[in-house]
Amino acid sequence: MTALLTKEVERERAGTARSRPPRRHRWSKLDSKVSPYLFVAPFFVLFGAVGVFPLLYTAYVSLFDWELGADDPKFIGVENYRTLVADGQFWNALINTVSIFLLSSVPQVIIAVVLAALLAGNLRARTVWRMGVLLPYVASLVALTIIFGNLFGTQYGLVNAVLTTFGIGPIDWQADTFGSHVAIASMVNWRWTGYNALIVLAAMLAIPRDLYEAARVDGAGAVRQFFSITLPMLKPTLIFVIVTSTIGGLQIFTEPKMFDPAGGNGGGSQHQFQTVVLYLYQTAFQQLDLGYASALAWTLFLIIIGVAGFNFWLTRKAVR
Amino acid sequence: MPPRRFISVLACAAMSAATVTACGSGSATNQTADGKTELTVATFNEFGYEDLFKEYEAAHPDVKITQRKSGQAAPHHENLFTKLGAGSGLADVEAIEEGYLSQVMSKAGQFNDLKEIGPKDATSDRWLKWKADAATTKDGKLIGYGTDIGPLAMCYRKDLFEKAGLPSDPEAVKALFATWDSYFAAGDQFIAKSGGVAWFDSSAQIFNAMHNQHEVGYFDKSDKLVVESNPAIKADWDAVTKAVAKGQSAKLAAWSNEWNTGFKLGSFATKTCPSWMLGVIETQAGPENKGKWAVTDAFPNGGGNWGGSYLTVPKQSKNAKKAAELAAWLTAPEQQIKAFQAKGTFPSQVKALEAPALLEKTNAYFGDIKAGALFAAQAKKVAAAQYKGPKDGQIQDNVFSPALQSQEQGKSADEAWKTAVAEAQKAAK
Repeated sequence: MTALLTKEVERERAGTARSRPPRRHRWSKLDSKVSPYLFVAPFFVLFGAVGVFPLLYTAYVSLFDWELGADDPKFIGVENYRTLVADGQFWNALINTVSIFLLSSVPQVIIAVVLAALLAGNLRARTVWRMGVLLPYVASLVALTIIFGNLFGTQYGLVNAVLTTFGIGPIDWQADTFGSHVAIASMVNWRWTGYNALIVLAAMLAIPRDLYEAARVDGAGAVRQFFSITLPMLKPTLIFVIVTSTIGGLQIFTEPKMFDPAGGNGGGSQHQFQTVVLYLYQTAFQQLDLGYASALAWTLFLIIIGVAGFNFWLTRKAVR
Repeated sequence: MPPRRFISVLACAAMSAATVTACGSGSATNQTADGKTELTVATFNEFGYEDLFKEYEAAHPDVKITQRKSGQAAPHHENLFTKLGAGSGLADVEAIEEGYLSQVMSKAGQFNDLKEIGPKDATSDRWLKWKADAATTKDGKLIGYGTDIGPLAMCYRKDLFEKAGLPSDPEAVKALFATWDSYFAAGDQFIAKSGGVAWFDSSAQIFNAMHNQHEVGYFDKSDKLVVESNPAIKADWDAVTKAVAKGQSAKLAAWSNEWNTGFKLGSFATKTCPSWMLGVIETQAGPENKGKWAVTDAFPNGGGNWGGSYLTVPKQSKNAKKAAELAAWLTAPEQQIKAFQAKGTFPSQVKALEAPALLEKTNAYFGDIKAGALFAAQAKKVAAAQYKGPKDGQIQDNVFSPALQSQEQGKSADEAWKTAVAEAQKAAK
């Protein structure tokens, strides 16, 4: 708008005086045209450098048979993607990822909402409880994973020791596919449940009190209030929580990487807990096959967009 | 927040691409302000070179040495391969661990031939033959000067041997460790009376030691994968998996926390023992088990080696000749003995193996045994270096070790073998 105005003014000037606009004026013209771009530039430059460029370059690399350090990578078109579709290890990793994701995200969101409802009530020393649920989030992820790895140790682990006193197990948390998924999901839940609970809690406290009062007048009990008022009002927050935990859950890497006692990238002796990102890491930095790893990365990217979009749609539909 | 999460997804997705482009800018100048030549040396763990650098600088006033030290081998080599790929950013002298040597040899063209640029007195006969051979390419180029080695002996629990009625004296046990057959037979005898204590820690540890004794390993000299056609591999596999089925393995993956606990609790009675393993056992088994562990200078079917490093000079180096001079000096017997005294790295040079400082070295935790002389004797028992194909390390660590572990976890030996063969073919592709 400003630019338009200046232009008109200028044209007038040019018509009457036929002289060059004064210096001050040229500057302000430049200012009005360029500075808005300068103001927004930091975001776009950064996003371009660390977001768009790597994304596009990965797509480019994925079309080559590109080994790290190879002198001239060979262009092979979509061959990497074709291999990927037929790669049993990839599908295995994808199933593992989805399994760990479901085992972690579903209980996590449910527990977070329940926890938030409890924390929203009248508690003694409320702030202490509220901060308390965030404590696991403060601990370092790697340290946490190492400790959980010890707890879930097959022969000398605490979990098995407790289970055997109850007459269950021992379960081989490393060898058993489902067992290893449970172990890894429990690490994720431990870390993220409190964090999500606090986000849900904040949204819960923002719900206007008079809605509850009106419901109580109408004779609704606590459960009815929760399902008819709290949950629907939480919808935007729940969408956020579910979408972020979807993205996080599908990218899970540190936990399975550190859970392998020998420190390998295979995700167990038979890849029983190798996730897609771990497979990506193994392909890129152990087998140094960057082309194939890039194809994996892009495929994962598309899968995440798809699943996150689906969750978004589902949450919007389900919670009314 | 969501868009930002997406950006991090993209960044993560693209990390492989980023490493190619974003890493390493070569140092434009290698002269310090006062006109000295700056040589960088990249090592990992402890090479024991700190004092030697000072000594070298004092003798060569025109040289300034900068050390780049990584805590662990894995990140050091990851960095090495990334910068090899990038074409710049490497140090003038790069250390390479034996486990990564096959990968380096497959990129031998990016390293200097030390026979050509190194000082003439640093000839291959300075080192044990197998040590120098392993770093020599098919067409005779020497890529790395050997620093240290890890000759294999056998460590065993004296007290547990006695309890199971086996001989426990270092001389008398040698018969048990004469061949792999006698080793597994003794294992049968042991577990029959040991009350649940296993014979060895994990099958992969045994298999790798057996495997490295063969002249031909996973690849033949033309880099063809011979996993299926090499009868020695299947024979080793059968012997080890049979022993596992009988209960000889403690099923503790090496370097895991459970493995560490296994040392403390005495869950297994023998351990394949390179020279540096004595320190690991002492740390993990702890003072409460002092005097229970012993080591003997015997190893089934001869000798073996696990670990040890080389110094290389990448072609990227702008001071290759001076760097090679420094590397040659560091790996000379006199210097390696000093490194041995500083950090206990076991020297690979023929002359250093005869040095009194080495031969007289004892180990208190293992009953004051003359460990230096013992491992020097074991080093000489190592037969020829096995030819390693480009993906050799990967096949050992990521194919055969997990496959053996899966058999320990309950998979049938036949099925695990089939998986191993299939994955080896995939890895070698």
